[in-house]
Amino acid sequence: MSADIQTEVIKEASMLKQKEMIARNYDELTSTAESGRKMVSTFVPGNLNELINCFGMLNNLPEINAINNGMRKKSGAMIMDAERAGHSEDVCTYVKADIGMMSKGNIAPNGKPMPAPDMLLLSYTGCFTFMKWFELLRHEYGCETVMLQVPYTGDGVITDNMRQFVVKQLKEEVIPAMERVSGVKFDIDRLRENLARSAKAEDDLVWVLESAKNVRSPIDAYFGGVYYIGPIFTAFRGTEDAVEYYRLLRGEVEKRIEQGLGPITPEGDMDEERYRLVVEGPPNWTSFREFWKMFYDEGAVVVASTYTKVGGVYDLGFRHDPERPLESLAEYCLGCYTNRNLPSRVELLEKYVNEYQADGLLINSIKSCNSFSAGQLLMMQEIEKRTGKPGAFIETDLVDPRYFSAANVKNRLESYFQMINQKRQSTKVA
Amino acid sequence: MGTESIIARCETLFEDIDFQVVREWKAAQQGRKVVGFMPVYVPEEIIHAAGMLPMGILGGGSDLEVIHGDAFYQSYICRIPRSTVELGITGRLDFLDGMLFPSICDVIRNLSGMWKLMQPKVYARYFDVPQNYQDDVGGVYYQEEMQELRRDLAKLAGHEISDEAILGSIGIYNRHRQLVRDLYALRSAEPWKVPSTEAYLLMRAGMLLPVEEHIEMLKGYLAAVELEDKPRRDNCRVIINGSFCEQPPLNLIKSIEMAGCYVVDDDYMLVNRWLMEEVSTEGDPIRNLADAFLHHSADSAAKYCTKKEEVGQYLLDSVKKNSAEGVIFAAPSFCDPALLERPMLADRMTQHNIPHISFKYAENSGQMQPIREQAGTFADSIKLWS
Ligand code: SF4
Ligand code: SF4
Repeated sequence: MSADIQTEVIKEASMLKQKEMIARNYDELTSTAESGRKMVSTFVPGNLNELINCFGMLNNLPEINAINNGMRKKSGAMIMDAERAGHSEDVCTYVKADIGMMSKGNIAPNGKPMPAPDMLLLSYTGCFTFMKWFELLRHEYGCETVMLQVPYTGDGVITDNMRQFVVKQLKEEVIPAMERVSGVKFDIDRLRENLARSAKAEDDLVWVLESAKNVRSPIDAYFGGVYYIGPIFTAFRGTEDAVEYYRLLRGEVEKRIEQGLGPITPEGDMDEERYRLVVEGPPNWTSFREFWKMFYDEGAVVVASTYTKVGGVYDLGFRHDPERPLESLAEYCLGCYTNRNLPSRVELLEKYVNEYQADGLLINSIKSCNSFSAGQLLMMQEIEKRTGKPGAFIETDLVDPRYFSAANVKNRLESYFQMINQKRQSTKVA
Repeated sequence: MGTESIIARCETLFEDIDFQVVREWKAAQQGRKVVGFMPVYVPEEIIHAAGMLPMGILGGGSDLEVIHGDAFYQSYICRIPRSTVELGITGRLDFLDGMLFPSICDVIRNLSGMWKLMQPKVYARYFDVPQNYQDDVGGVYYQEEMQELRRDLAKLAGHEISDEAILGSIGIYNRHRQLVRDLYALRSAEPWKVPSTEAYLLMRAGMLLPVEEHIEMLKGYLAAVELEDKPRRDNCRVIINGSFCEQPPLNLIKSIEMAGCYVVDDDYMLVNRWLMEEVSTEGDPIRNLADAFLHHSADSAAKYCTKKEEVGQYLLDSVKKNSAEGVIFAAPSFCDPALLERPMLADRMTQHNIPHISFKYAENSGQMQPIREQAGTFADSIKLWS
């Protein structure tokens, strides 16, 4: 999601801003030897950037490194290296791309080696694999590792017990570990300031995502969406840069609405909007452009997606709250999309199909990811039943090129678009 | 009763995918309730203290034809959830009053929500356990999770579940766990006397029978086995690791032994051995169960290991304690916890010069020949080099 923005597109100010932010961040990450800054590795869901920032530390996200390597077509070889070293072909390819990247010198997108982390912050939010992934990383790096267990909301609600458990871990385990590693004392006021900035950026992000409710959506909330969530899901939430990025982005989207424009694609503005889809599941990264093209060539716009909620479901109202700093960090972690139970995920999708006037639900089922994928076929049946709109199911992988079959995906999409057309015809007749 | 008839009974229970024995238990008295649970651990004492029968559900095994279940799962997801869904859809679990889905992996976690959608009238709960082992952090959280379960079950039972009742149940389960430990110890000491299929079938019976009845069964077996003479073979001693959730077919367990391996420890049905020491029967029962979980529970890939040095220590300890000569990593295909953990465990074994091999299975794997060959070669190489 934070990889380089397409070169063919006419650069909007927000794109340039994001590109500059990412480049600067990688430069900072790869120059900790000179700057003396400490680096924390952590995950996107349950990412505590505001807190990490309080200690002057930098945030490195292994999933993002894997995505970058996927988009640059480097992940395939890394995964095979990891498999040769004994990692099973059955497990998440983010893990294997990360381990393979290490064996290839841990080179960051700026061409410089990424230093070893000073701390592993295992935010165990919404995915079991995270836990073992960090045990594997600890096996390699041997650095300080702190675990933040975020209970799964199995009954669809955040209980006091869950909230208190997370807050207690923050107070008694995470913050002391960060103080130890960084040598900086925790300052709650600094955290409050960061959280206030997060909330501002979150307001603008939600506005942008909800702009897709316009029929003739000005954005694509999946392929375009992964760029829009970049700063807030990664190393920038809580920074002035993120506030500025989302302000710029919102301004640009406002303009697109005024001008009646559709989403920007790698080949320029999209023409006619023929299909409005809701998409569940992460995208494929190794053939991201090809995958996206299959949509915009057909005039298909993704108006809402769940992948853009893995790092926070802000459109349901959650905001980081400077008045309740630790509680709100806990609620943030607890509320991330894959930490929600299946009935809640179905409800969210149903709401999207209805509120965004979608033609149906498309599921991109990811081989790597049991957290997302287990149960998706039932989710599709439920959505079809509840909304009367057709669903479709495709299967790909995140960063393993062996599991992206362009011909199969294209065929599947074409029949899905036909199905939508038939459905429209039959509704007209009826 | 000799071991043969006890094992024959276990076999009948194992093969019955309609769970007649549980149906009969329920029908024997009005108002009886059954709560199912999946691997790897739930505090059965709380269910028992509510007067209900805890029933372990381990998928459909090798004989169940999965027709509907496959429509719910992609090909790259393990088999146990699809056969469990099949059991549900075909009405084979229609007697269940509740179902618990322990925190073990994302598949079972998500199945908890699927169950809520598919069986809206049945109580279904994702049962969380702590991955933080501090008494005042993970312990407090876990105690409250158990209290919530207790409140839910009290509602289901229609009466409160008293501390005394739970303490009483803990006492019964303590006896049960001791007998299970005795059985494992006997098998480790004289593995020719307790074939691994027999140990396995006995453990499986414990998933269906009331604990009191299973206690008697274990006692009977342990007494009978002492009186029987079985030939001692020149097998090597191995530990099976990674089979804590979806179960291998019985034939696979048999094949390993036939290939020349005595299984001296395994991680099948860990729920029977999860709490490794006597749990106190005095004071606050929920606190006692939490203490036991935090400080004296079995290790498995479903748990977070807080220290790098401790990863795989439990397996090394077991190798030592059981004088094992090798480890067989046998995990279900697509099993995240087992397969993610395996490289770390394998490294640890290599560091300590403990021979190991790996393979994957599914509960309905049919072809045993490759596994038998692999295990046979492994056993031969151990004998050759030891
Ligand atoms: S399993 Fe899914 S959520 Fe977990 S690390 Fe892999 S892609 Fe991310
Ligand atoms: S076999 Fe493994 S992945 Fe499948 S449900 Fe069990 S623990 Fe989860």
